Amino acid sequence: MSDEGAGPEKPKAIVVGHGEFSAGLVSAVGQICGLADKLVVLSNTGMAPGDIEAAIRSELARTGAKVIFTDLPGGSGTIAARRIAKENPDLVLVTGVNLATLLDFVFSAGGTPEEAARAAAERGKASLIVIERG
Amino acid sequence: MAIQLYRIDDRLIHGQVVVGWGQPHNIRFLVLVDDLVASSDWEKELYRMAIPPEMEIYFADVETAIRDHPRYANDPRPGILITGDIASMLRLVKGVKAIGSVNLGGIHHRAGRAEKLRYVFLTPEEEVQLHALESSGVEVTAQDVPSARSRPLAEVLEGETK
Repeated sequence: MSDEGAGPEKPKAIVVGHGEFSAGLVSAVGQICGLADKLVVLSNTGMAPGDIEAAIRSELARTGAKVIFTDLPGGSGTIAARRIAKENPDLVLVTGVNLATLLDFVFSAGGTPEEAARAAAERGKASLIVIERG
Repeated sequence: MAIQLYRIDDRLIHGQVVVGWGQPHNIRFLVLVDDLVASSDWEKELYRMAIPPEMEIYFADVETAIRDHPRYANDPRPGILITGDIASMLRLVKGVKAIGSVNLGGIHHRAGRAEKLRYVFLTPEEEVQLHALESSGVEVTAQDVPSARSRPLAEVLEGETK
């Protein structure tokens, strides 16, 4: 198939998390919709702060991603990403990522990476629900 | 309650500290002792935004932390004091003379360091500093999270793969 008429390239993102969190989430995205290739997995396990930052920078350069999702606001991945975002005003950082957030993000098209990330974050927030009994 | 944990961790504030230790010990304040962070408003804001609303954070360079230690120690709330390196903790211990134990929580790989545990890598100079901590009457153990086994310094220095 030709690239012509394929529409705009969907935004890409790096997903940073503790342990196998990112790999698990991205695997679930792939299982549900087959769009895991829009996401890059990065684990901060066993890494020094400078190494986490270097790994994120490397993946941003390699993929051209403009969005970073992290798992925990106080996590070392988020701290590293905030250091990078300070120098890159066009980079969007979303923390507290969940599966609903990533699913919305990988299906986004036509907007900017920031618009896609903001919409995805709203979807993720809305998906966190206490199901009432009865 | 005062300081529940004196921790050396090169990641400073992060998930293991805020959640791993913070939740089970009901931690309500953190003291981040780091000369560089204490001198930078941006760094302080970076770490301030990383803590949950129920916690308070104090920033201090080592000299200020020595001066203010009685205030932290007499705080009725449970707290954690963190330094990013062994040298800063050693300076603090020598200045305060009232710290009974120090936790090695995360000293990660860099050039010149040898692996002791999966989360503790040390240079020969850092090993000397840890011995100096123990010689000051401080119990030094390694434990990344509360559910892990606390390992005494001698075991840490032997390394995991014997």
